[in-house]
Amino acid sequence: MSKVNFLKPDKANLNTFLYLGTFLFFISIFDVFLNSFFNVNLTGFLPNFLSFLLPLILGFIGLYFIRIEYSGIKNLDLLNKHINTNNFNAILSLLIIFVIIKSLPPILSWFVIDASFAGDTKDVCTGSGACWTYIKVWMRRFMYGMYPNAEQWRINLSFISLVLLGAVGYFATDRFKKYLTLYYVVIYPLIAFLFIFFFISGGPVFFDFSYGIIAAILSIIIGFFIPSKFRFYYFLIVPILLYIVLKYFIFFEEYIELGKLDGLNWVETGAWGGLSLTFIISFFCLIFCFPIGMAFALGRRSGFPLIRYISVGFIEFWRGVPLITVLFMSAVMFPMFLPEDFFIDKLVRAIIAISLFEAAYVAEVIRGGLQALPRGQYEAAKSLGMGYWKMHIFVILPQALKLVIPGIANTFLALVKDTPLIFVVGLLEIVGMLNLAKTNPKWLGFAMEGYVFAAIIFWIICYAMSKYSYNLEQKYKTDR
Amino acid sequence: MNFRPKDIVPQLITVIAVVLIFGFFTYNAQINMENRGIDFGYGFLSQESSFDVQFSLIEYDGSHSYFRAYLVGLLNTILVSVIGIIIATILGVIVGVARLSPNYLINKFAAFYVEFFRNIPLLLQIFFWYFAALRALPLPQDAEAIFGIFFLTIKGLYVPAFIWQNFNVFFYSIVAAVIAIIVIRIHAKKVQESQGKQIPVFFISIGLIFILPLLSFLLGGVSLSFEVPVLKQLATTSFIYEGGVSLPPELIALTLSLSLYTATFIAECVRAGIQGVGKGQKEAAASIGLTPNQVLKLVIMPQALRIIIPPTTNQYLNLTKNSSLAAAIAYPDLVLVFAGTALMQTGKAIEIVSITMFTYLTLSISISILMNWYNKKIAIQEK
Repeated sequence: MSKVNFLKPDKANLNTFLYLGTFLFFISIFDVFLNSFFNVNLTGFLPNFLSFLLPLILGFIGLYFIRIEYSGIKNLDLLNKHINTNNFNAILSLLIIFVIIKSLPPILSWFVIDASFAGDTKDVCTGSGACWTYIKVWMRRFMYGMYPNAEQWRINLSFISLVLLGAVGYFATDRFKKYLTLYYVVIYPLIAFLFIFFFISGGPVFFDFSYGIIAAILSIIIGFFIPSKFRFYYFLIVPILLYIVLKYFIFFEEYIELGKLDGLNWVETGAWGGLSLTFIISFFCLIFCFPIGMAFALGRRSGFPLIRYISVGFIEFWRGVPLITVLFMSAVMFPMFLPEDFFIDKLVRAIIAISLFEAAYVAEVIRGGLQALPRGQYEAAKSLGMGYWKMHIFVILPQALKLVIPGIANTFLALVKDTPLIFVVGLLEIVGMLNLAKTNPKWLGFAMEGYVFAAIIFWIICYAMSKYSYNLEQKYKTDR
Repeated sequence: MNFRPKDIVPQLITVIAVVLIFGFFTYNAQINMENRGIDFGYGFLSQESSFDVQFSLIEYDGSHSYFRAYLVGLLNTILVSVIGIIIATILGVIVGVARLSPNYLINKFAAFYVEFFRNIPLLLQIFFWYFAALRALPLPQDAEAIFGIFFLTIKGLYVPAFIWQNFNVFFYSIVAAVIAIIVIRIHAKKVQESQGKQIPVFFISIGLIFILPLLSFLLGGVSLSFEVPVLKQLATTSFIYEGGVSLPPELIALTLSLSLYTATFIAECVRAGIQGVGKGQKEAAASIGLTPNQVLKLVIMPQALRIIIPPTTNQYLNLTKNSSLAAAIAYPDLVLVFAGTALMQTGKAIEIVSITMFTYLTLSISISILMNWYNKKIAIQEK
């Protein structure tokens, strides 16, 4: 065995360095581990300062010793390549390992070990850990807001049915695939609206708006059997005719009482809240902001200067102001702009405000997609004799929308994250409910648990959405 | 020039629709205001505001005008945005670079940070810091000093105040140093382009920025002393710190959450920018004999910055707009002071909301105009 030069680890003395280095490295981790999990300080006999830094120094020396290039041991090479490339990286790696080991015990004990789960009063929460009892007791409020407990099955049933109906696309056979766009763009939102309006809120079935919906559904269904040559004129005339017929000849006032779904109490929107309200608002804003955004994106690229200026003005206005002022506007300023006896529900006002706000962002994203398309696509479509609408619907938009899927998904993600702001108009979704529960005199002092709970829920939703959008992006990338 | 109806009709319809909508709104607003006996006008801005604001950068109390209250709110918004932007940029650049690190642990740690903070609503984060985390801080009498001069308590952060003598001289010396650095940089660039010589600009700049202010201390009669906050007992259980500067917990919670949140987006911009520079560029630069430092400074950074800056500015704008969430935790920013308190007092909904929106609009549009100009300047000039 040749002379060992400790300042320069080399391959000749591989084993010496390996054993020594691994030993030192594990000693340092062991020290921190004991220190943080069992509160034992191995190096307590040393001066304070040295005792504090010793694991780092030992670990550093250990990592220095095992940093041998091309050692021939696969795992060692992998380790060196990934966390031990040079002195600086070695120290950073050690610090991160120490931070993780140090922070695990307090987090674990707060979340699980010292936390209280049982019981349903504040008295059980005596430990130093989290009081999950609080979440358990308030769960219904966090999920459903002030919605009456006895009626909550309505929300559950609606959401389950809507999720099932939304999943139809995955099971559709090729024969029905071509109708999917129509289903998702027109029919599904309508069904969702009907569910939320009639089932969750328990409103009267036959009011003016519902005639329109029935007329629209009927005319779309009949529309499939009309030869495509006449379809345009059909859709121009028949829905309106149907509406008039339905309103004035078939349904009469006395049906209104009949139409109320039996046994469903009216629950005003002020009582809606919690996570279900987050979903409802995000869902409707998502549905509304997309077509509006698309219209303004096309408007901004239009050849007509006046339409272009109006679109630019709209987009820049909404993008330039914070959402909270928009909601302020919808709460205090918007009612001034309406006729006196005309009242719009505050939930609807909030949905309109958020939709317009997000529509401006969607418009910019879609414009990016439109600009990214090569000009050849436009020219090719025009040379086939297509008009403006035909060209956009069949050639430009399908390609442009495919390009901007990640951008759209990001906007929707921002939308979901913005929903807590509706506290401005006095609606309490999950974060608002937390703030309310926090001030309840029986349950003071559990702010942390509440916010952590909401953060976990939001994190799961948003992370799942961002991963999904990433997957979509990858999927469509290969298509092009 | 021949006008075809096909060109005119759609525009005409749109304009008429827009005019009708606006007309409808104005008409209703007029009737509503008449019925409620409110008159439209901005005269209230000069009236006495008669409400107080807890935290203000300029002198303000209830006897000042509403316009002064507006200024207080605006300055507070700007203060939070500027601090937030500085912290977010530093953090974002560090995390963005860390995400490109070959070190697996650092890389994952940075990724974890980004995924964690990006996917939680900002409002929730603000609430968390303000209502949960900062409430766990000690009371003033129990607080331990950090480095002997800072006190972090439930009532806010107390930092020493700077007491300057002849501050002007010091200020001018810094301005002189900055001007000198700019001149040297321009000169160095000229020398490099014409003769290929490198002047160590970086060291000269560091020297200048230290030496000139130091000279002002030695020759200009500038002196600086600190006023350390001191605990003072008001009653048996009530303590406060006197002296120094106190930063309210609202400001701390807000800047903390804004910068942690925005830093994740900036980190992604930085990462995309550095990744966006082709590998070939790096290799080409190395092959003509540039040192790694020069590669970074002369080849990678100028190209990466071109990709990084536009989206990052967007994030700065977002941060400024998001600072309006301050209203939720009662930090006296523009929205809370003006669109909140002042609106409640005067009832002038249309005027106040429109002024608030217009202010934000001016801020963001002026920044985006500046950015467009900058983008044009640094864009690759194709021949």
